[in-house]
Amino acid sequence: MRFNDVVWGALLMLFGSALFVDVQGFPKMPGQHVGPAAMPGALAVGFAVCGAILLWRGLRQRAAAQAAGAAAPPWASAPPWFASPPQVLGFCVLVAVNLLYLLAADRLGFIVVGVIYLMALMRVLRVRWWLALVVAVVMTLLIHGVFYKLLKVPLPWGLLQPISW
Amino acid sequence: MSSAWLQAFGMVFEPYNIVVMLGASLFGLFVGAVPGLTATMATALLVPVTFFMAPIPAVAAMVTATAMAIFSGDIPGCLLRMPGTPASAAYTDEAYSMTRKGLAEVALGAGLVFSCIGGLFGTAVLMLAAPTLAEFALNFSSFEYFWLVLMGLTCAVFISSDRPLKGLVTLFLGLLVACVGLDNPAAFPRFTFGNTEMLGGIGLIPVMIGMFAVSEIIRYVVDTAPQALIIEAKIGNVFKGMWALARKYPLQVLRGSVLGTVVGALPGAGADIAAWMSYAMSKKFSKEPEKFGTGHVEGIVESGAANNSALAGAWIPALVFGIPGDSITAIVIGVLYMKNMNPGPTLFTTHPQNIYAVFLLFIVANLIMLPLGYLCIKVAKRILKVPRDMLMPVILLFCVVGSFAINNTGFDIGVMLIAGVVAYLLEENGFPITPLILGVVLGRMLEENLVSSLIKSDGDPLAFFERPIAATLGVLTILIWLAPLWPGRRRAAVTPPP
Repeated sequence: MRFNDVVWGALLMLFGSALFVDVQGFPKMPGQHVGPAAMPGALAVGFAVCGAILLWRGLRQRAAAQAAGAAAPPWASAPPWFASPPQVLGFCVLVAVNLLYLLAADRLGFIVVGVIYLMALMRVLRVRWWLALVVAVVMTLLIHGVFYKLLKVPLPWGLLQPISW
Repeated sequence: MSSAWLQAFGMVFEPYNIVVMLGASLFGLFVGAVPGLTATMATALLVPVTFFMAPIPAVAAMVTATAMAIFSGDIPGCLLRMPGTPASAAYTDEAYSMTRKGLAEVALGAGLVFSCIGGLFGTAVLMLAAPTLAEFALNFSSFEYFWLVLMGLTCAVFISSDRPLKGLVTLFLGLLVACVGLDNPAAFPRFTFGNTEMLGGIGLIPVMIGMFAVSEIIRYVVDTAPQALIIEAKIGNVFKGMWALARKYPLQVLRGSVLGTVVGALPGAGADIAAWMSYAMSKKFSKEPEKFGTGHVEGIVESGAANNSALAGAWIPALVFGIPGDSITAIVIGVLYMKNMNPGPTLFTTHPQNIYAVFLLFIVANLIMLPLGYLCIKVAKRILKVPRDMLMPVILLFCVVGSFAINNTGFDIGVMLIAGVVAYLLEENGFPITPLILGVVLGRMLEENLVSSLIKSDGDPLAFFERPIAATLGVLTILIWLAPLWPGRRRAAVTPPP
């Protein structure tokens, strides 16, 4: 998604203000002028100031466009892929497989989730079924081998625990 | 020749290290040659693997992989009109025009040979400048470091982007990310939302893998452009005619190398900006500027040297001050900290052998680039045909496992994914990513030096200008900040970029 500078500016000002309020609750360091709130507090002001400039600049652009008789720039616009179903599906699958990994890797195990993960992504990129399956299995085992055996990373076994090697 | 140098030789030419360098070279050449995979991504993908190595092989892997990737990024530019890495984008059209004129082997040869020369030049400057600067920096107090970090971040905002305001926003975001956790002057848990994983802060490595690798994969998945066709060019001996080119354009090679090293050493600007600036400069000073863009090798010679020399240049501030010169060294600094090889001037006095080893690694990496690059060009067509629809999913799974491997926690995978989506969204909206990364890397250093300076000076801001070097750095930094407000530039800043 592309947002207009006015939108970004308003969001940043809001964020900066919220941050500024939040850091007021940070404790002071006894006997010192500065504490843990100094840096984030300064950043909060920075966000708000940048946001204000962006907002002002965006509004001026709109005014200039209207003065010239042209249509004002849209508040937000979708990138071209939003209109293209395969790409939208691709993006959704990409998010879905990662959520699956985060939620299910411990229970199902790395190898099971890894194969599903690669299969799903390759299928959505239109790799043929059998090829996707072969590559998914081989690459999952390869990554597992490198990280689990060679680098001793404790990847979960999950369902395959009884036949772990 | 001291014993430290001998030790360094021993570390670099150890069989294990040689094998690592060869492996990293092949990896770098491959990643650089595949469009959509960048040199920075190569470094980010190496981190999980180097995590388990000794410091020198870990650094060796990164130095060789990046040097190779920056060169091999020229190959798809030449044959597909798609830069393999952003650093090759400046002269992609030129190289492609040469290929269409049947000069592919000259374009690739020039890319290879002058990459090597530029890389060696940058290394020579690194070897001369870094130890001298380090000696100088030994006397720096928190005031100098504060200004140095601030100046580095300022450069990153103003150089790495044509939109300083948006660069500033991403810089603040990076600094804010660095604030998360207990690691602050009062050890107060900031922005942890009651989550114990966040007490330790947001890991640098998952953020980098997300921003540089995952965001590229998202971009690939949603890309609607059709795949480019490979030009069927005959490529013979790429070294033919290179000596003549070197004799014809000695000044260009030197200029490209110098500019590349300087741009590389400036924080935030790396090989890609060096190449753009150098290509523009080459055209400006050329005797035949009208030939640029029609398949003329001069610009490739100059900017090819520039992008590789920038790699070594970026290591100067990284090793001496711990301030990354580009996004690649930002990752490297993260790795050095994990290896207890904390960058800074004391590294030069306490462990000079490690520094000398890094110098040697650069020399070796640039020299083996010639034979390996030659082989890579020979098999280029096969690399370019590699099915990216299979490669990208595998890389993504590798990123997931790699992020997990650093701390063995799923939290880091989440951080990586969020960083990837955020980077994609920010770049879509014209916010540059490099300032964000530098903010994350340097946030703690900035805060530490700011707070300890304020405590030392009892809150007096004038103390920041009392020491001569601190004052100079401070005034310079403030001047850079004020530059956009100059009357002549004000209007340019207001006009929106096209």
